[in-house]
Amino acid sequence: MPIQYYIALSATLFCIGVVGVLTRRNAIIIFMCIELMLNAVNLMLVAFSKMQPLVASASGNAAANNALQTGIDGQIFVFFIMVVAAAEVSVGLAIIVMMYRNTHSVDVNFLNRLKN
Amino acid sequence: MNLAYLVPLFPLLGFLINGLLRKSLTKSLIGIIGSGAILASFIVSIMLFLQVKANGAMPIYPLFTFIDTGTFHIDFAFQIDQLSSIFLLIITGVGFLIHVYSTSYMHEEETKHFGRYFAYLNLFVFSMLLLVLGANYLIMFMGWEGVGLCSYLLIGFWFKVDSYNAAAKKAFVMNRIGDLGFLLAVFWLLQKLGTVNYADVFANYKNLSQADITGITLLLFLGAAGKSAQIPLYTWLPDAMAGPTPVSALIHAATMVTAGIYMIARSNILYTLAPVTENVVAIIGLATAILGASIALKQNDIKKVLAYSTVSQLGYMFLGLGVGAYTGAVFHVMTHAFFKACLFLGAGSVIHAMAGEQDMRRMGGLKKWMPITNITFLLSCLAIAGVPPLSGFFSKDEILAAAELRSPILYYIGVVGALMTAFYMFRLYAATFLGNFRGTHEQEHHLHESPSAMTIPLIVLAILAVIGGFIGIPEVFAKNAHWLEHFLAPVFAQSKALQPERLGDTTHELVMIGTVTILVIVMIVWAWGKYSKYEPTTEPESGLGKVLENKWYIDEAYNNVIVKPVNSLGNLLKNVVEKSGIDGVVNGVGRFVQYSARQLRLLQSGQVGNYILFMVLSIVVLFLIFWNQGIIVSFIQKVF
Repeated sequence: MPIQYYIALSATLFCIGVVGVLTRRNAIIIFMCIELMLNAVNLMLVAFSKMQPLVASASGNAAANNALQTGIDGQIFVFFIMVVAAAEVSVGLAIIVMMYRNTHSVDVNFLNRLKN
Repeated sequence: MNLAYLVPLFPLLGFLINGLLRKSLTKSLIGIIGSGAILASFIVSIMLFLQVKANGAMPIYPLFTFIDTGTFHIDFAFQIDQLSSIFLLIITGVGFLIHVYSTSYMHEEETKHFGRYFAYLNLFVFSMLLLVLGANYLIMFMGWEGVGLCSYLLIGFWFKVDSYNAAAKKAFVMNRIGDLGFLLAVFWLLQKLGTVNYADVFANYKNLSQADITGITLLLFLGAAGKSAQIPLYTWLPDAMAGPTPVSALIHAATMVTAGIYMIARSNILYTLAPVTENVVAIIGLATAILGASIALKQNDIKKVLAYSTVSQLGYMFLGLGVGAYTGAVFHVMTHAFFKACLFLGAGSVIHAMAGEQDMRRMGGLKKWMPITNITFLLSCLAIAGVPPLSGFFSKDEILAAAELRSPILYYIGVVGALMTAFYMFRLYAATFLGNFRGTHEQEHHLHESPSAMTIPLIVLAILAVIGGFIGIPEVFAKNAHWLEHFLAPVFAQSKALQPERLGDTTHELVMIGTVTILVIVMIVWAWGKYSKYEPTTEPESGLGKVLENKWYIDEAYNNVIVKPVNSLGNLLKNVVEKSGIDGVVNGVGRFVQYSARQLRLLQSGQVGNYILFMVLSIVVLFLIFWNQGIIVSFIQKVF
């Protein structure tokens, strides 16, 4: 499958995530959208790491070892991102729980107190 | 050993002490400091004069480097030669007498005003000394400006009267117009020769083209016309009579107004090389002489008569300069300082006795009450009229003789002026001192001779006015008796070398002198007879008399042609350009800033969602720029 499809899918998912963060009012939905963005990036990284060896051998001269080695870098980075996402979610949900306890809602528009 | 710096130092110290401590010193102390400073300068001036007489011109005495930038180097230096030493003597000598006179004349002022007066007088003498001592045009200009300033300060001394302030402003503004000419000439000299030192300029005059020299001399003369009250810048001098009478004596008779003469005498080589300018100087001088004399014929304020007389006599001095009689002009400066100062001080004495009255129609017969003033005034009148053997005769005669050699027309018109001088002076004398007293009874009771502090300077000046002429006996009377000419010869040597040798016919000259003297005596007798029984009529003047009384309406002409348009231009600039234009722009900038601030503030909505949106948009824009980096860079390079 040509890599462009993966790129397109990943970009679309990312944009949906961005729009969601900007537009939605519910804090939990915003978190889900952030997760969506992170996972879109994960998808792109994995796609590149998988597609890379095919690209290298298509040119026909690079050593197979070399190609396999470069391929793994993307997947290692995906691990990092997943760990960060997890940590962030735990902290964020904790904040939302506190927010709910104080205002009995998960509407982010309470932050508009910065207006004055 | 060189004491030159002491001469201006004493008056400067006197100015500082009297000026700063005027509220804590007593009047007598202020007077002593003020007069003492000038006396000290006078003594040093005598020493310098004797030295110059014995050894010739002293070397130029640099005090410190004044301006030193790149190729432009001007020293603050003093040049003491024959010309400056004569002027030093006149300034400090007559100045000292006037200071002594002022201690009595200004006695009724409050102490702080008394102190202010003496401070200004000392500052004036300091500036005038700088003017004559300077070794280059720049120092002279410093002194030039200083005397103009002091003239303003002293004319407006009684600052609570508005008309005096206006007179002071008028004097200063007209001076300034002349100064523009002076400055332009100095800049021209600098540009062409790279130096303003007298020694260098006069040695290198050959590097100037004829047009240069003519231009420079004309501009310098414009400066002199402003300072020394020639046409067209003379109208300030009669108005300057608003100041105290000793001020009029010192500044507007003996010293400041002679600054222009000094300057031209100093630059004599340049003037000899520019015959066009010489003619201009002579003609304007003569015209001023006649104009001043004609107006003086019909003035009734004693100080105004003397003021116009000064204008007229200055005209004679410029006539002398214009026909190449440099020594004659300087000689006339000297004799004029003596008799005019004596006249002004005598007028001050009269005004003092009349308790402020200055109109001669209300005086008369004062010789009964004021014998000393009467005699000194009479002697000075005889001197100014040119009756031999008093000083005025010798100096005026020298100028007229030189004028005749140049052009008979100048001579005859000059003689007419001299006759008018005799007439109006004796009109003044007779109306004031002879006949019956025409004032009120209370004025009569107040009449008294002035105290000795006022009469002694009068006596000294009168004696000088009588014998001062003997230093300049012309060739026709005695061979080689013209001491002043011999003394000043080195200063005018360059000019003398270039002027064609003009020998007058001795018989002819004696005949002319005799004729003029007889005519002068006729005028004196006529005026004496007419005005010693003077009963002023109440009918207004008519015809020529009216024109003369109103000073040929020149002040009114200046007012309409120059002052009013400038005022309306000023109003226009104030109301239109300033209010709508400049204020509009400045306020507009302020208003624009406020407007944009208001609009920008709306960005801060306080809504976090907005902020995140802007963040995302910015990242997108950055990404686009990054992606298209190459295209953008090449585009920018093409535009710039």
